[in-house]
Amino acid sequence: MSHAVLSSRRPSADTEAAALEVRGLGKSFPLGGLFSRESVRALHGVDLAIGRGEIVALVGESGSGKSTLARCVARLERPSAGEILIDGVDVLKRDRFQASRAFRSQLQMVFQDPFGSLNPAHRVEHFLRRSLAIHRKGGSSETETRQRLEELMTTVGLQADMLNSYPHELSGGQRQRVAIARALAVEPQVILADEPTSMLDVSVRIGVLNLMRKLRDEQGISMLYITHDLASARYLADRTAVMFAGELVEEGESLDLLANAAHPYTQLLVSAVPDPARAGSYDPVRRAELRQAVMASTSCAFDGDPNQACSAEEPVRHGVGDPENRHWVRCHLYRPQAGAGGHALATEPTDNKASA
Amino acid sequence: MTVSQVSFGSHEPVLDVKNLSVKYIGDTRSTTAVDRVSFSIGTGEVFGLAGESGCGKSTIANSIMRLLKDPAKIAGGSISFGGKDVLAMSPEELRGFRWQDVAMVFQSAMNSLNPVLTIGEQIVDIFTTHAGYSRKESLRRAGQLLELVRIDPARLKSYPHQLSGGMRQRAVIAMAVALKPSLLILDEPTTALDVVVQQEIMAQIKELQRELGFSVLFITHDMSLMVELSHRMAVMYGGRIVETAKAQDVYANPRHPYTQALMGAFPPLTGPRVPLTGLPDGVKFRNIPDLTEAAPGHFVAPVSADASAADTAIMEGAAR
Ligand SMILES: Nc1ncnc2c1ncn2[C@@H]1O[C@H](COP(=O)(O)OP(=O)(O)OP(=O)(O)O)[C@@H](O)[C@H]1O
Ligand SMILES: Nc1ncnc2c1ncn2[C@@H]1O[C@H](COP(=O)(O)OP(=O)(O)OP(=O)(O)O)[C@@H](O)[C@H]1O
Ligand SMILES: [Mg+2]
Ligand SMILES: [Mg+2]
Repeated sequence: MSHAVLSSRRPSADTEAAALEVRGLGKSFPLGGLFSRESVRALHGVDLAIGRGEIVALVGESGSGKSTLARCVARLERPSAGEILIDGVDVLKRDRFQASRAFRSQLQMVFQDPFGSLNPAHRVEHFLRRSLAIHRKGGSSETETRQRLEELMTTVGLQADMLNSYPHELSGGQRQRVAIARALAVEPQVILADEPTSMLDVSVRIGVLNLMRKLRDEQGISMLYITHDLASARYLADRTAVMFAGELVEEGESLDLLANAAHPYTQLLVSAVPDPARAGSYDPVRRAELRQAVMASTSCAFDGDPNQACSAEEPVRHGVGDPENRHWVRCHLYRPQAGAGGHALATEPTDNKASA
Repeated sequence: MTVSQVSFGSHEPVLDVKNLSVKYIGDTRSTTAVDRVSFSIGTGEVFGLAGESGCGKSTIANSIMRLLKDPAKIAGGSISFGGKDVLAMSPEELRGFRWQDVAMVFQSAMNSLNPVLTIGEQIVDIFTTHAGYSRKESLRRAGQLLELVRIDPARLKSYPHQLSGGMRQRAVIAMAVALKPSLLILDEPTTALDVVVQQEIMAQIKELQRELGFSVLFITHDMSLMVELSHRMAVMYGGRIVETAKAQDVYANPRHPYTQALMGAFPPLTGPRVPLTGLPDGVKFRNIPDLTEAAPGHFVAPVSADASAADTAIMEGAAR
């Protein structure tokens, strides 16, 4: 193994249609019972594009709408507003009511919860065999199918004899790998992976990340990688987008974004990555400042941007640094709307000893 | 606030696991998921358990809770809690033991809430049945618990499927601390939490823990988080403990090659993007011997000579 620096994909020419693009995506859910009038704005005006053979990481606050975005794109949730384009085709218009089989051969999703996403009645073999059969990737004979099944297991670091296991016989990380194998079986062009490696030990995790990179390099697969692990986003993804309260606040080339985080929420995230050297301490003063800047900034660090005037009303984007990195940040003056999600930063315990 | 430096009260073990072995006996394959594992957790101590995916961590947690089901079989060893033999407890004793003495956040937390009850109903239920509070008092406390885990109390009316993955995980954490157990088992409690919320919630748990003096068994794959929060920790591989010591010692001076690989395999947040490898292909440890004390308080399973060729490979992998 060389010490070469891993290459990332060069941005595609502007004329080429993105593998996946969402425009102005919005989604609201009713809060509480069926007839409740309160609602949660899970997504609002999200614009995001993933080029062919590009890996984009989506990070952000718990409850900020990441899974909702992926679920809308996978057609499991009907967006309240916006367009979803795959290879330039508006799929909400093409397949009006549900995802077609052709759509599912193009795009596969790995769900966030490995305990809820595998039907307990079936053996591992069933899930993989079914994916192979529906999308005709099982080869022409039983021998070929068998070989493909075993290959898939090896690819995700599982023993082939686990094909006989039921989900309840698998550990959390083993289920996650079955879910990944099930998506890979289809050989899709786009994979939406919602925290696919959160239950894997670091050593297996690196193996899976390397596998994803290899699929991208060799087969040009595009990927949306949702994660809370900033280091793995940086390791795997060409670009990283940051979500807060249903909207994107910053996006750019991954290394540049993490090194030069421009939005106070991104800065807050970076500052909170666990670090054994710090041993559980964080600076409450700095934390309070950043929190204040996220929730109610009164100034923008990009005030005077010659290309884009600041705005508290519209979510305008300021360019950050070298245009090559396509790094932008939403104007700091623009505030998360009240009623957007029930985000954690807005919820501070009134009494620290709440349950004591 | 440097919580993990706080010394933990007494060394009187709350939990003592000795030579525990657990097997899953299947018709096609039988697995020894846990193999002669021993550790103890002191009063007010946070003990971390890390290791390979599938090495038996959740099985240990389920054994302590007496939640193992067929075809799982405890093949040997003992578990004692506050001096009582857990494996000999009657169903009657177990009812009080679970939730009140020991509470657990399952790895499947996201999927373990009752889908037909609101979050509020589920928390209120715990208070009314186990603590005997009035409905009104229970509801008030339920709201406070949600705030503790950074969820807007308006969400008491939400059903589990209306919450994000991380919100469900947080709701379950809130329920586990509700009755102030003496031992809290956290099995990957924060996989769906962003680092800001994770840090704040773990700080809250630490705060509660210092105040109430409970002990924590903390299972996670996030080595940085584990080292930050745990007093002592153990690393498992293939059902066995391969290393155990103070968490800071494991971090600063990992001795077993598997621990070294774990500590070396996380990608950095700065510098160029260089390829990493986990355990190189084909490296497996077998017949892991009992622990020996390599340094004061630092126990390691010696690595046999025939595995030494593989060891160098692991060290190289870890160094990248
Ligand atoms: N089916 C639903 N009904 C009502 N509200 C919902 C529904 N699904 C999601 N929400 C709400 O939408 C918001 C966004 O949720 P989402 O699951 O997309 O968050 P997330 O970014 O994936 O969070 P996490 O990192 O915790 O998984 C949350 O406030 C959530 O409660
Ligand atoms: N009901 C069962 N029947 C057969 N084997 C099982 C059963 N439950 C677990 N196992 C096996 O026991 C081993 C240990 O599983 P366990 O869930 O304890 O692992 P873990 O350390 O928690 O892993 P992870 O980090 O991936 O959650 C695994 O190899 C798993 O496949
Ligand atoms: Mg989610
Ligand atoms: Mg587990």
